[in-house]
Amino acid sequence: METARGMRLRLLGTCPVRFIRLVLSCSLASLTVHLFPLRENLIVDGIFLQQLINGLTLGSVYGLIAIGYTMVYGIIGMINFAHGDVYMVSAYLAAIGIALLSFFGFESFPFIIFGTLLFTIAVTGMYGYAIERIAYKPLRNSTRLAPLISAIGMSLILQNYVQISQGARQQGIPTMLDGALRFHIGEGFVQLTYTKLFIIVASIAGMLILTYIIKYTRLGRMCRATQQDRKMAQILGINTDRVISYVFVIGAAMAALAGVLITLNYGTFDFNAGFIIGIKAFTAAVLGGIGSLPGAMLGGIILGVAEAQFSGLVNSDFKDVFAFSLLVTIMIFRPQGLLGKPQVAKV
Amino acid sequence: MSKIHRNGFLALAVSSALGLSSFAQADVLIGVAGPMTGANAAFGEQFWRGASQAAEDINAAGGVNGEKIKLIRADDACEPKQAVAVANRLVDSDKVVGVVGHFCSSSTIPASEVYDEAGIISITPGSTNPQVTERGFNAEFRMCGRDDQQGIVAGDYIVDQLKAQKVAIIHDKDTYGQGLADATRAQLNKRGVKEVLYEGLTRGEKDFNALVTKVRSSGAEVVYFGGLHAEAGPLVRQMREQGVTAKFVSGDGIVTDELVTTAGGAQYVNGVLMTFGADPRLLPDGKAVIEKFRANGYEPEGYTLYSYASVQALAAAFNGAGSTDGEEAAEWLKQNSVKTVMGEKSWDQKGDLKVSDYVMYQWGPDGKYKQL
Repeated sequence: METARGMRLRLLGTCPVRFIRLVLSCSLASLTVHLFPLRENLIVDGIFLQQLINGLTLGSVYGLIAIGYTMVYGIIGMINFAHGDVYMVSAYLAAIGIALLSFFGFESFPFIIFGTLLFTIAVTGMYGYAIERIAYKPLRNSTRLAPLISAIGMSLILQNYVQISQGARQQGIPTMLDGALRFHIGEGFVQLTYTKLFIIVASIAGMLILTYIIKYTRLGRMCRATQQDRKMAQILGINTDRVISYVFVIGAAMAALAGVLITLNYGTFDFNAGFIIGIKAFTAAVLGGIGSLPGAMLGGIILGVAEAQFSGLVNSDFKDVFAFSLLVTIMIFRPQGLLGKPQVAKV
Repeated sequence: MSKIHRNGFLALAVSSALGLSSFAQADVLIGVAGPMTGANAAFGEQFWRGASQAAEDINAAGGVNGEKIKLIRADDACEPKQAVAVANRLVDSDKVVGVVGHFCSSSTIPASEVYDEAGIISITPGSTNPQVTERGFNAEFRMCGRDDQQGIVAGDYIVDQLKAQKVAIIHDKDTYGQGLADATRAQLNKRGVKEVLYEGLTRGEKDFNALVTKVRSSGAEVVYFGGLHAEAGPLVRQMREQGVTAKFVSGDGIVTDELVTTAGGAQYVNGVLMTFGADPRLLPDGKAVIEKFRANGYEPEGYTLYSYASVQALAAAFNGAGSTDGEEAAEWLKQNSVKTVMGEKSWDQKGDLKVSDYVMYQWGPDGKYKQL
């Protein structure tokens, strides 16, 4: 930090780009401080805690979707723009799963949720696999921009397909899990619905399972090897095409988990639901360092909490402005993202 | 039935594509523009159902100047850019002589400029933003009231009936939503109530928990929302989930039973209040028409009858003027009144209804709304 500051001071005046960077970051930073009216009991405030919970639930869902972006980028260096729509499809699948299980007379909540999760993850995984096979694999050795364009095309196809087959209306499911925990803190209170609690627990569980797979299993080792050097991994006998397919399936499965959780929490979705949340999750992936798994989770949570706290303390009109200013500021100081590794040019 | 319709449509498309308008001139073409897809497709369906039934009934009774009405469906998805595109399509390639639409004020305002330039009469069943008729266009009408009237009714109700001193105002940053919220705020301020919170949310998002927490800490007794049901549903649900018991009041943007879907159950919309024109289903004028809708298994809720009445108004104007010229029809409509399914209606020089009657409705535990 100290050396960075010294360097900026030294280069001040000589390099206009760095000067602009400095001015921009200073003004952003001062704006942030200026906008936050600090209160004396900021930390123990019930409102602050409630906003923290709001941010954590939203952020953990961002994180789950961001994993799909970050893994795909890590392994083949492309941004899968269709990923937000994979999440959208999974929201529909979750509703279909819940409807099917209720239709067959199952009523206990844990069973329905478990069954729906399995069903949604399996089918969404198939979507992930099929999308990769159809849209990206044939373009594996073409220019870098070609799969990007086919990803945008895939995103439009998924949206229109769902719009035509499911209708353009708002869809929804009735509330599954009623009730809430209420903690009294000082004069205020914090209310945590069971659904939110379930979201936080389930996303942590999902992330832990994923971390375990990547760190300790054979599949995980293959993924990491392919990420580090695809050609070398191939030479050593790894079927990298299959590994890439697995990565798409894993990314889709995480989006499916997010889809079930969001559908439970908000109860409503439409064919366009993947757009905004996809952009936010992509932002989270970049914030945390694209290509890094813990980075995606961290980025999601930071983004969610920052949005919630900013809306709470300042103004919700400008929460996106704040979230993206935060992104810009972090990018200025760490262009590789919070936990990302700096790009090394391969010779 | 649908096959005939499709063939007719195909023939129409072919004839207009070839520049042979001989077939097209045999019919009175009216565009029905609204959000047929997207988050607000429920309102587009209300428009289309109402207009279709009206065209069918008018054609059965002899049509317009001896010719049949033919409707052209146009989808703007409540997006201003797409609204201008479909408006140009209706004018240039479909060659409509009148338009029923659009729904979102942010779509109606730019689209009506296209109709005005082409000299086509247009009537919106549901755009309530004051600006729609305030821009000096000759042939722009509306079948509904204005947000400045709606805001007065809502503001007075909050002060007089709910006796609230702390009111939080939330809007969706859109022409309609923010315009309505501002109109209500103006009336509240005039009555001496200063809002405790005035903030916008983003259309298309589903998580408003942070805003809800803020509403809770503001201690508001009433939350007024200017916006549409796609956001109103999650908002009211998240309020109840966080233990906010404040009354939820909104406007005519939530008059569809899809509000219950977006809120995740009737238990959340129970007690929600909204302003809307006096329920046309209670008037004797529309009894026969309403029976027809119900016989087809469709409840003519929200703007369905407004759309029906809009087609009636256009047909009456074309009949009265004896031509489909936009200027002449508009002139006739401003001089005469029309017997519609919603009662006798007449318009002032701006194109606003001379009488519009906003009243308060309440959603019940059964997920239906009733006039209070």
